[in-house]
Amino acid sequence: MPNMQAQKTPITEQDPKVRARNFKEVCLGYTAEEAMNEAARCLNCKNRPCVSGCPVSVKIPDFLAQVKEGNFEEAYKIITSTNGLPAVSGRVCPQESQCEGKCVRGIKGEPVAIGKLERFCADYMADKKLEQEKAEPNGIKVAVVGSGPSGLTCAADLAKLGYSVTIFEAFHTAGGVLMYGIPEFRLPKATVQHEVDNLKALGVEIKTDMVIGKILSIDEIMEMGYKAVFVGTGAGLPNFMNIPGESLVGVFSANEYLTRINLMKGYLEEYDTPVRKYNSVAVVGGGNVAMDAARCAMRLGAEHVYVIYRRSEAEMPARKEEVHHAKEEGIEFLFLNNPVEILGDENGAVNGIKCVKMELGEPDAGGRRSVKAIPDSEFTIPIDACIMSIGTSPNPLIRSTTAGLEANKHGCLVVNEDMLTTKEGVYAGGDAVTGAATVILAMGAGKTAAKAMDEYIKSL
Amino acid sequence: MYKILEKRELNDSVTLMVIDAPLIAKKVKAGQFIIFRTDEMGERIPLTVADYDREKGTITIIFQKVGKSTYQLGTMEQGDSILDVVGPLGVASEFGENVKHACVIGGGVGCAIAYPSAKALHNMGVKVDIIAGFRSKDIVILEDEMRAVCDNYYITTDDGTYGKKGFVTNQLQELIDNGEQYDLVIAIGPVPMMKFVCGVTRPYNIKTMVSLNPIMIDGTGMCGGCRVTVGGKTKYACVDGPDFDGFEVDFNELMRRNSAYREQEAHDKEHICRLTGGVRHA
Repeated sequence: MPNMQAQKTPITEQDPKVRARNFKEVCLGYTAEEAMNEAARCLNCKNRPCVSGCPVSVKIPDFLAQVKEGNFEEAYKIITSTNGLPAVSGRVCPQESQCEGKCVRGIKGEPVAIGKLERFCADYMADKKLEQEKAEPNGIKVAVVGSGPSGLTCAADLAKLGYSVTIFEAFHTAGGVLMYGIPEFRLPKATVQHEVDNLKALGVEIKTDMVIGKILSIDEIMEMGYKAVFVGTGAGLPNFMNIPGESLVGVFSANEYLTRINLMKGYLEEYDTPVRKYNSVAVVGGGNVAMDAARCAMRLGAEHVYVIYRRSEAEMPARKEEVHHAKEEGIEFLFLNNPVEILGDENGAVNGIKCVKMELGEPDAGGRRSVKAIPDSEFTIPIDACIMSIGTSPNPLIRSTTAGLEANKHGCLVVNEDMLTTKEGVYAGGDAVTGAATVILAMGAGKTAAKAMDEYIKSL
Repeated sequence: MYKILEKRELNDSVTLMVIDAPLIAKKVKAGQFIIFRTDEMGERIPLTVADYDREKGTITIIFQKVGKSTYQLGTMEQGDSILDVVGPLGVASEFGENVKHACVIGGGVGCAIAYPSAKALHNMGVKVDIIAGFRSKDIVILEDEMRAVCDNYYITTDDGTYGKKGFVTNQLQELIDNGEQYDLVIAIGPVPMMKFVCGVTRPYNIKTMVSLNPIMIDGTGMCGGCRVTVGGKTKYACVDGPDFDGFEVDFNELMRRNSAYREQEAHDKEHICRLTGGVRHA
């Protein structure tokens, strides 16, 4: 009989007041007993709606059945047969709109905590050696550009098929957005490093400090004997609002702010990269990145952190859990407000933000409600820093240096259903193709591409 | 890891290093830069490449010890290895086809960046005048190297201890007044110097290129920290520059943005000096 408790098994989290001032992980994870109790809530539905909600089709009821019995290693193997980065996806996937959003238990209560259980299995196995299954090396070289979620996934799948895989990473550390973007308190860097180390154990070579398009072009990589290339370079260019005052000192892109903190570890005394503590910070945007930036500002000691979002809470794209956590930590949400100008003092430093109140209109063709400014509703909030977190676009570096690689008007690489670009042998996936999206979609794209690359190389 | 093959102190605060970086050496062109990180704790700091040798696979950097990270780099010796060197970044300098007579101006350590431009122009067959400006005689750098790649070399010092007393702008004005017909001026040095050079050339409408070195992290367009206003538009110095048309640059904004961490930097430097008299060992 399934466990019919209507709510998710409670999970231990750091106290909001304490964690709002430290960078340690917010959620401490299930114990084995809690995990088994939670997994027992699964009804093992015949039509498996949860699996259909997962971009990488994790066999959810199967792994939950193993967790329920305490067979955590077996559960882990089931997860990793389709998902190479469970410790990551268990923490950062928007489960409420994917697996858990489809869970039947969610109709009359809360869905099974699938994400937390996935994470539990990954964390349980983190310190246990598990032989990774791998085909005989075939000696064929393939290249992966970028070591974010799509690149890591693509590289792992190709390595398991026996290919000799080289990853080219522009930064000094592999991991992409998992390292520079998502903060320690949501995704510990040791967890990401563990996944990268697993990849190295599979024989994948990672070359850091390699800005492809500058030091080597895609064509040169192919001339070096790589039979196929996967481009997973993400969406790294920050968007600004193009309102007055964005060049003032104290205005950051979320990319810059988060990179200073997460990748460069500016929040730790012993690291050299400076990150200033601000007293009153406005974060503009409503996605996960905005939540991350706001919560970092709070952890650095701000007294007030405002999230300014032009629509209402219902339209916010951020994970529900992050919004909930942010509120618990004292982040102040200003919904239905939009900045029109950032104000500065005589030294060019930020001292305020002028906003206008917004109202929601009719939903557009995509179902998203339009917004418009309410006339004469301007008001000013005193702030000393502003973090723009209104999205990112793909970096033009590779498409501008590779003949035959087409992009759409947003700068996203054009691919077919196999993730093949308009250039033979060159595949792409993740945010470089979709524009800013989720970690799990990028992983799915990396998987699809790896399969197609294998077929392509075999057909040569 | 990138090995330091040669280290030379050019003056009390400016150091030259030749670094083993074959892939970068193969691609780099005048005007492009690298980003270095000395060790795990280090910042990412951009430096324009001063010279390169494609055959030997080396690049030359020249830096002034001004902040914690450049001090840290300065403590490293021949044979040591720098943890990270990324490049070549930015767009190579473009001088145009029709330049006949150029004036290349370097201010202080800016001479290190002006030198490759002068050399490139000289090798193109352009008549090159160089004006090198320093505070004082004891900090003059690259005099021999610069003399070798120009037709006329002028030197100024603020205190008159060497060359002509005064600023590079005085020398430039004098040359223009004496009838020199420049069709290109390149000014590389402290932001105020570049601003004032543009002030001199603007009335004569002489095309004036400047090389900017704002605060940045990744150098690939990702952080947006290096944004500068050029011709009323926001540009990223790392991917759109570092060279820009000097008449279009908002220098005042750039000076403000470059001072964003001045207080913290001063504190850090003081911190280093009191604790160890140096920095951590890489």
